[in-house]
Amino acid sequence: MEAFIELDGVEKVFDVRRRAGLLRREKSQVRAVDGLSFTVARGEMVGYIGPNGAGKSTTIKMLTGILTPSGGRLRVAGIDPARERTRLARRIGVVFGQRTTLWWDLPLKDSYRLMHRMYRIPDQRFRENLERCVELLDLGELLEVPVRQLSLGQRMRGDIAAALLHDPEVLYLDEPTIGLDVISKAKVRDFLRDLNADRGTTVLLTTHDLTDIEQLCRRVMVIDHGRLMYDGALAGLHEVGESERTLIVDLERELPPVVIDLARTVRVEGPRQWLAFPASQSAAPLVSALAARYPVMDLSLREPDIEAVIAKMYAGRSGQ
Amino acid sequence: MRLYGVVMVGWFRRYATYRMATAAGVFTNTAFGFIMAYTYTALWDERPQLGGYDVSQAVTYVWLGQALLMACALMGGGFEDELIERIRTGDIATDLYRPADLQLWWLACDLGRAFFHLVGRGVIPMAIGAFAFDLTLPGSALTWIAFLVCVVLGLLVSFAIRFLVALSAFWLMDGSGMAQISWLAGMFFSGMLLPLTVFPGTLGEVARALPWSSVLQIPADVFLGKRTGWALAEAYAFQAGWALALLGAGRLLQTAATRRVVLQGG
Repeated sequence: MEAFIELDGVEKVFDVRRRAGLLRREKSQVRAVDGLSFTVARGEMVGYIGPNGAGKSTTIKMLTGILTPSGGRLRVAGIDPARERTRLARRIGVVFGQRTTLWWDLPLKDSYRLMHRMYRIPDQRFRENLERCVELLDLGELLEVPVRQLSLGQRMRGDIAAALLHDPEVLYLDEPTIGLDVISKAKVRDFLRDLNADRGTTVLLTTHDLTDIEQLCRRVMVIDHGRLMYDGALAGLHEVGESERTLIVDLERELPPVVIDLARTVRVEGPRQWLAFPASQSAAPLVSALAARYPVMDLSLREPDIEAVIAKMYAGRSGQ
Repeated sequence: MRLYGVVMVGWFRRYATYRMATAAGVFTNTAFGFIMAYTYTALWDERPQLGGYDVSQAVTYVWLGQALLMACALMGGGFEDELIERIRTGDIATDLYRPADLQLWWLACDLGRAFFHLVGRGVIPMAIGAFAFDLTLPGSALTWIAFLVCVVLGLLVSFAIRFLVALSAFWLMDGSGMAQISWLAGMFFSGMLLPLTVFPGTLGEVARALPWSSVLQIPADVFLGKRTGWALAEAYAFQAGWALALLGAGRLLQTAATRRVVLQGG
């Protein structure tokens, strides 16, 4: 497969000045990205995860050309982003979950008119793309609404549409589902899945929500302290990290800790009990076994969060 | 260029959506117009022909100042507040991955805003002033056109100064101090407090040679018919010269700032 994004030993070092006295300042260096190498093929959809400050945003900024690497080689579609930022800009789409590129005080459609001119999208193509986004992202009734009146989920869908009107070959998404409710999350995920399948758009997705990755990405990369810690399938990450899902069970009354083969009880609080089981396993057999033997009132499932998985990965490594 | 046209129209409409704010602003401009017009009347009664103006011209000067105050963002309220905030929060980085030029983008934004304020907060106070006082209005359409050209050049100079001020936030992290200094300098040196023709000696000459005089003093003189023919051409050349020099400086500073962001991460 053709490599679309290529990183070879990419580094980013920031100088940090710190006050060390009344007038004296100490200079120190922070390696935000430290020898990062990976390739992403055209049409791949990759999850890019890591704790806060791991170097995710720095990587995305280098990929869009708004940060210059301190070392190493970086190419997107054969272009050096830092050198030809404007040329590359026409071929990429970027969505930052916590920032909006939409015009705050004006109706949503005005922002799209702006994109039309900014990316010099041919009229015909602009109309088709907008129609498609409006339909799939359910924006029909929102086009006339000023952006400041949109809910977070609506605004996010609006932002995603804005990033796609010029048919970018690659889409960078930074926390696209942060703060969204379940329905909005599902809409965004469905849309991204279709986009990748129908148009072959390469997608690099940064997220804290493992469900995003589970539902969208076959491949996941984990970065921490600017280094690639893991690159492979999500299932493999769970194995490496020995991560666990938690089933929260509400029983009819207070009972001694549940004893069951498929899980272990980690916490009991009145009639509520917490059962942990490996993330690579389905919850279905556990639920049916539990329901057969215990008076279950209610159930809820908690996915392992990314921080916990990575923390375990570390623990595993240092123990070796 | 159509992009910048859309941006300009967008910012015009953005300000147009806040009707109550505009109404409140019109009231403020009108109230200040009355206060200053009476003050000037008292002053010019004592010192007739001060600065080469008669009472009617002096009062006209006051209302012109109120009409142009918001358009030129002499007391803030221009695009710079937003740009400074974007630099401070780092949102500016997301502006850089767009295929658009930073300076032209913000120029289009500010011109859209300025044209709205010219109409929204300029015309009505001026009209009220013309009802309440004996103003010296241009007799010919040509003077009106010459005045409007002058105002647009003044807007360019005003933008260019504020763009430099806003970009300083890349180095100072907090641009509000610079913005305040610039408002203070703008208020005085544009002639908003008193016409620059009033100041004698070196202070007057320096004040008239600084870029801020392009913003109010020169348009007012054109409006009052004090600059015609060669004097008008000179005025245009003065304004255009400052606009080019300051926009050029802004361009250099923008290149340095972009390099700083791209290398340092802001």
